[in-house]
Amino acid sequence: MSSIVAPVRAFDPDRALIHLGAWTLAILWILPLAYAVWTAFHPSAYETRFDLFAPLTLENFIRAWNAAPFGRYYVNTILLVTMILAVQLVLCSLAAFAFARFEFPGRNLLFALVLVQLMVMPDILIVRNYATMARLGLLDSILAIGLPYFASGFAIFLLRQTFKTVPRELDEAARVEGCSWLGLLRRVYVPLARPTMLAFGLVSVSHHWNNFLWPLIVTSSVETRPLTVGLSIFATTDSGTEWSIINAATLITSGPLLIGFLIFQRQFVQSFMRAGIK
Amino acid sequence: MTVRRDWLTALAFLAPALALLFTFTHYPAIQTLIDSFWSTPRGRRAAVFVGSDNYARLMQDPVFLRAMVNNAIYAAITIPASIILALVMALFVEGRIRGRALVRMSYFTPTMLPLIAVANIWLFFYLPGFGLFEQIRSAFGLSPRNWVGSPETALYGVSMVTVWSQAGFFMIFYLAALNTIPPSLREAAAIEGCRRWTFFRRVIWPLIMPTTLFVSVNATINAFRTVDHIFVMTQGGPNNASMLLLYYIYEQGFRFWDTAYAATLTVVMVAILSVVGIGQFFLLDRRVHYR
Amino acid sequence: MLRTFAASAALALGLSSAAQAVELEFYFPVAIGGPATQIIDELVADYMATTPGVKITAIYAGNYPDTLSRAITASRGGRPPQLAILDAPDLFTLLDEDLILPWDDFLSAEEMETWVGGFFPAFMQNSQTAGKTWGIPFQRSTPVIFWNKDAFAAAGLDPEVGPATWDEMVEMAKKLTLRDASGKVTQWGVRIPAQSVWLPSGLVAANGGEMSSEDGTQAYFNTPETIGAIDFLAALSRDHGVMEPGVLDWGATPRAFFDGQAAIIWTTTGNLTNIRKNAPFPFGVGMLPANVRRGAPTGGGNFYLFRGASDEQLAEAVKFVQWATAPEQAAKWSIATGYVAPRPEVWETEVMKDYVREVPGAVVARDQLQYTIRQFSTYDVLQVSKAFNDNVAAVIAGEKTAAQAMADAQATADAILAAYRK
Repeated sequence: MSSIVAPVRAFDPDRALIHLGAWTLAILWILPLAYAVWTAFHPSAYETRFDLFAPLTLENFIRAWNAAPFGRYYVNTILLVTMILAVQLVLCSLAAFAFARFEFPGRNLLFALVLVQLMVMPDILIVRNYATMARLGLLDSILAIGLPYFASGFAIFLLRQTFKTVPRELDEAARVEGCSWLGLLRRVYVPLARPTMLAFGLVSVSHHWNNFLWPLIVTSSVETRPLTVGLSIFATTDSGTEWSIINAATLITSGPLLIGFLIFQRQFVQSFMRAGIK
Repeated sequence: MTVRRDWLTALAFLAPALALLFTFTHYPAIQTLIDSFWSTPRGRRAAVFVGSDNYARLMQDPVFLRAMVNNAIYAAITIPASIILALVMALFVEGRIRGRALVRMSYFTPTMLPLIAVANIWLFFYLPGFGLFEQIRSAFGLSPRNWVGSPETALYGVSMVTVWSQAGFFMIFYLAALNTIPPSLREAAAIEGCRRWTFFRRVIWPLIMPTTLFVSVNATINAFRTVDHIFVMTQGGPNNASMLLLYYIYEQGFRFWDTAYAATLTVVMVAILSVVGIGQFFLLDRRVHYR
Repeated sequence: MLRTFAASAALALGLSSAAQAVELEFYFPVAIGGPATQIIDELVADYMATTPGVKITAIYAGNYPDTLSRAITASRGGRPPQLAILDAPDLFTLLDEDLILPWDDFLSAEEMETWVGGFFPAFMQNSQTAGKTWGIPFQRSTPVIFWNKDAFAAAGLDPEVGPATWDEMVEMAKKLTLRDASGKVTQWGVRIPAQSVWLPSGLVAANGGEMSSEDGTQAYFNTPETIGAIDFLAALSRDHGVMEPGVLDWGATPRAFFDGQAAIIWTTTGNLTNIRKNAPFPFGVGMLPANVRRGAPTGGGNFYLFRGASDEQLAEAVKFVQWATAPEQAAKWSIATGYVAPRPEVWETEVMKDYVREVPGAVVARDQLQYTIRQFSTYDVLQVSKAFNDNVAAVIAGEKTAAQAMADAQATADAILAAYRK
């Protein structure tokens, strides 16, 4: 390809424009984060004065870390996203498998009811779900944050699509060899659906790492609050807002996820391609 | 007999997921509808049946009407803006530009940051006088503006943050789609001297149509549920200028503890999403045939 | 999951030690960043060290609304705390939810007179209703003004004298508002962040008005005093051009002060420590300026006793609060946090006198207490406040006149409060 287009490209004004556009947008898009990093590493007096030679400091991080139990919030968030993803993958694989491979009365109706959740998400039914959690005695627990998200309509939908592409001959062969349905799901379907699961997993983890409203409502103590809620409480003050410390706290809370995704960027895109989410 | 056993197996596979789904989606949706016909129980007073009182109040509540209008504007801005930007980003990054990895990272990074956290950064950007946004404006000789403190601009200020935070996420879907377009098509187009724009309009755009539909469904849902930054930036103010439906539900339900009225608002929200959902289901249906 | 486990473990431990110790759960809200959490932990630890047989678990529950939510949900779930510090204006919400007990039931007549009677009367205004005392003042504050002495000197004003009246404030602010060659303002004269009802009620007080009635069923919005106050607030930008237009952010106010964006700011006395530490120029502290009289609201949190506790627990809770508000502890708390020590006798201690010598600004808030009005507090206080705040924003934006806006706010407030007027 390049050998054919190369001579044209040398004087291509389109390309120059594309570069200009791409880079301008990139700079605009990274500016808020760049600003957060800059203030987090400089004393608060430089929040509003951009000075290349401002002294560097880690004090904001130290103060933020000491001012709120971020260590505990980390543990909570990691427990939360792991729990949600693990349960989602198990429950939704089972359900998707049933929808993809079994004939039974009411299948389409049930599947339509699953799809309802794509629109009417738990994020919206907060008032009633809060009452349910209160009745179950689960308020202020990590389980309560995850429970409404365990049965994910999106995951069931995606996995069903993927499972349907598995050739029937494969499962007939396995059945003939005396493989149970569960065994078939585990040995044949799940391995083939791995890219879908990876892509879904990434979406799920980032969504629940960053989720705020529902955790804000159901948690009320340090032992259960995830990072987002901890951060919001940290940032609400009766006196003045100290951006350098809040920005340091922001970096503390999103750092690992950010670094993880930057490292796995390529795999992330590829898993989406292979999963057929497009 | 075997058919029956299959049914039982299917049921066993479905049961856990469906039980949870019914408990936390269908049951609350129905119960919310029922709650909307009752008053809010308070410490000293139990709930009583009030018929359509809550709905009558809704129709006369200027804040609710404002929230509806705001949410429509919010959707009208964030949905197209996010989709167009996501596509533009994907096209930029998919081409052979210098520093592609860096550019892609810049586009994608906002998606990984919690909205609740970036809201503080943006709040600072918008501060009149000393915010960064303002310093850029003043470099162009424009006078300072109190972006989130003025009713005329607060909603736009908030919308911009939403677009910023989600465009990079949608870009990933477009990238995945663009990557499946065979290079041979492009080469053929290049040989025939086809202009970029024509190539995009005739070849790429139709091919990525399913992705556009998928992304637009997501953007629509987000236009109703993305309110995290409101908590930090405006709390729906000033004078409800940036009040969105879900934030209003939160305020009524968990700040004012008026759960019956919050349930009534939720019913409206569910109704809107159902209509949008059914509409998009038909679009998606076409997409499935397409595949 | 974890939480349940922790709770059952705690329960098991509790059962084994129940015979020896009375256990108290105590919710408290603090703005993090300050040293308040640490001080509370120290106070609790000190108390337990000197008082065997009592085990107090201090639970940091977030800001005021979060702490209130938690107290309500815990009570509805049958596990209320025994003691909590909550925002003083939440009194009527707590009464409406039937969550709290009057202190009168646990104090002798003598204690009522000497101890309850020993707090600044200003702070008791939001603590008593229907002839009973429901709250004991602890982390209380009032708004004050801070001014930039360098900016005053540069504008040809006496840096040692702040504005005492509204007119003086406008005159000074005009001199303090600086514009560059292009006409863009580089320094505003004054900054009053009016996101919440608190600072506007300082204007209402100075204008000779009140904000709410003692029984929590009346809000006074559509009054000449309130209308005049709100119109004055809007006029600062609209007519005088000395305040930045729009609704100003509360949290960014100290930053605006440090950066020279505003020469006079209105904020809480609780910012004294922050400003002392971060202002790169000398500054003055003063009472809110007067119009027809001096006036300001009070603010901050009270101790409340919760229903559902045993008599033994309540008796211990009362003893703990008496200890925590005693001069030595209250002085320590006040100096560390910037809250106003709630009893005159605290100001007589040596530590407190030393502190005042070092930071003369600290007494301004105390001296202002003789002029304060009741902090805005009604039933459904958040809804009623919202009606007010929304309409104030409309006036600031120029969408409504002050008279129109306050009439609207009053109509909304009356509709909400009608249910409580019997």
